[in-house]
Amino acid sequence: MYVQTEFDRAFLAERNRQFRAQVARRLDGSLTEEEFKPLRLMNGVYLQLHAYMLRVAIPYGTLDSARMEVLAEIAERWDRGFGHFTTRQNIQYNWPALVDIPDMLDRLADAGLHAVQTSGNTIRNVTADHFAGAAADEIADPRPVAELIRQWSTDHPEFQFLPRKFKIAVTGSPIDRAVTKAHDIGLRMLERGGEAGFEVIVGGGLGRTPMIGEVMRDFLPTEDLLPYLESIVSTYNRLGRRNNKYKARIKITVREEGLESFRARVEERFAELRPGFTGADRGILAQIEAMFAPPALRDADTGTYHSLRAENPAFRAFTDVNVAPHKAPGHGILTVSLKAHGAAPGDATADQMHALARIARVHGHDELRISHEQNVILPHVHLSSLPAVWDGLRAAGLATANVGLASDIIACPGMDYCALATARSIPVAREIATALRGVENEVGNLKIKISGCVNACGHHHVGHIGILGLERSGVETYQITLGGDATENAAIGVRAGPGFSAGEIVPAVERLVAAYLELRRDGDETFIETHRRVGMAPLKTALYGTGELRDAA
Amino acid sequence: MTRPFTPKIVTANDLRNGRVVYLTSDDRWADEFTEAEILTDEADAEMRLVFALGQSRAVVGPYLADVVRTPEGAAPKHFRETFRATGPSFEGVA
Repeated sequence: MYVQTEFDRAFLAERNRQFRAQVARRLDGSLTEEEFKPLRLMNGVYLQLHAYMLRVAIPYGTLDSARMEVLAEIAERWDRGFGHFTTRQNIQYNWPALVDIPDMLDRLADAGLHAVQTSGNTIRNVTADHFAGAAADEIADPRPVAELIRQWSTDHPEFQFLPRKFKIAVTGSPIDRAVTKAHDIGLRMLERGGEAGFEVIVGGGLGRTPMIGEVMRDFLPTEDLLPYLESIVSTYNRLGRRNNKYKARIKITVREEGLESFRARVEERFAELRPGFTGADRGILAQIEAMFAPPALRDADTGTYHSLRAENPAFRAFTDVNVAPHKAPGHGILTVSLKAHGAAPGDATADQMHALARIARVHGHDELRISHEQNVILPHVHLSSLPAVWDGLRAAGLATANVGLASDIIACPGMDYCALATARSIPVAREIATALRGVENEVGNLKIKISGCVNACGHHHVGHIGILGLERSGVETYQITLGGDATENAAIGVRAGPGFSAGEIVPAVERLVAAYLELRRDGDETFIETHRRVGMAPLKTALYGTGELRDAA
Repeated sequence: MTRPFTPKIVTANDLRNGRVVYLTSDDRWADEFTEAEILTDEADAEMRLVFALGQSRAVVGPYLADVVRTPEGAAPKHFRETFRATGPSFEGVA
């Protein structure tokens, strides 16, 4: 894991000192809210519906137990005893007082954590595959590169006032768990002829104009990474539409300019910038890579694991559903679900965070990850440790066996917290999870994703079943999209028809799931595969019937 | 014919702690929606908003929100304001 340098510590301390002074000047009236707002946003402080909100970055989703303990302490000392893990590998605190935030940031900085560039029109928290460094299907660990990008983009003087926010995701595996095609820049690590590099995808994004990213370079050597990224962001910074917030993201710039023309401009800029990168970046990358050396995994007997699986169906179900293959024999990647049936997706109490930290320290090589699917991962668990881990998780209310199933729902905070929301998300997620609990094991892999407004923080466009909460005539209404996909086969879902009221949406999803069970070829055909085979029509019929309602669509 | 004026309240968030507050008829910022001054005249509403905008050391982002009259008294017209008045529609982590 990345170890902070003296430079990092000094930078964060100075940044926090500045923000403390800015807060003081706002409170004594020296700064107006108009002047203060961009300053607080650069430090992750929003004003939401009921209170301020502090968004803390968890770079590329990686934590150790000490950092997790600090996140828990922040929740206990300054918030209401819980935090909300988000789809961008951040954690949000929903109830901080402005006067406390400088102290919160100082405490976070003790552990090397910060809220820098978690908002504003800057390069945001760099995200990565949450199975990085552990997945059996991985080419290379994407986190050293993500850390390099974090360092390059943090306080980058040219990129503090971009036309709009800018999100970068990195995966080191051909199996895309980082939704790279729905980011401003997605990087997929490749190897070509023995050389390491990247496929560079540009102009993806969700929000009100969802688009799948396009390949800008099919192979970029690693040594060219930073100058090429700088060329893309620099070109966007010049061309991006600052006069229209809804057309200001790079996805619009690329389409308005045309991919070929945009690429030519980037290459032109690259030719200018490349000579300035003389190798310091590669030296730093080499240092970072050394910090991400794999843990010393052990070779031990797995007999206790197999015998408990044989005798305990609950443990067997838990390990079947929540454990993924690890690259090392005798190990597994354990996803801890933050989606207990009826709970708010992504929320964890301080006690749960402490429990996760303890378990990671004792059984998980002190590593934790936060996934964009709002779960926590213990990336390196020896199978023989799983019985003890399971006990610890059960005691903390964290042993729900539903990873990848219908109740493992992504949901944004929605109108229960968010000032931008047009409808609630979390209550819908809770009700769907509860309603589908009895059938979800039979249903198998199904991604339901819910957003409470068109900004799509809940990734609804790439859900197999996407739900978008809107307001129509003063009441909440929910639109369903079908066929979205967040993987390497990324696809934007298609709207099924008219929306449903808050009272109708859960039964509508139940009808979809029941229809899938009728339509599927066999138990191996997943919801998305059935949808691709049969098309929209039978699913629309399940939603709207065949008569008048259907015609109204 | 002029359109009837929808009654309003002035609401904002407390600058220091962020909590939702309402402007009262005696110029205080109260936590409870029930203490809000109900403004039934458009000119009054504009004046109270101007007053609130001058309170930038006490509150953030004041605005006028529509209310409706009910047998139990005034209530928020929009469900967003209902959530602001009552908090999230579920408890904590559940």
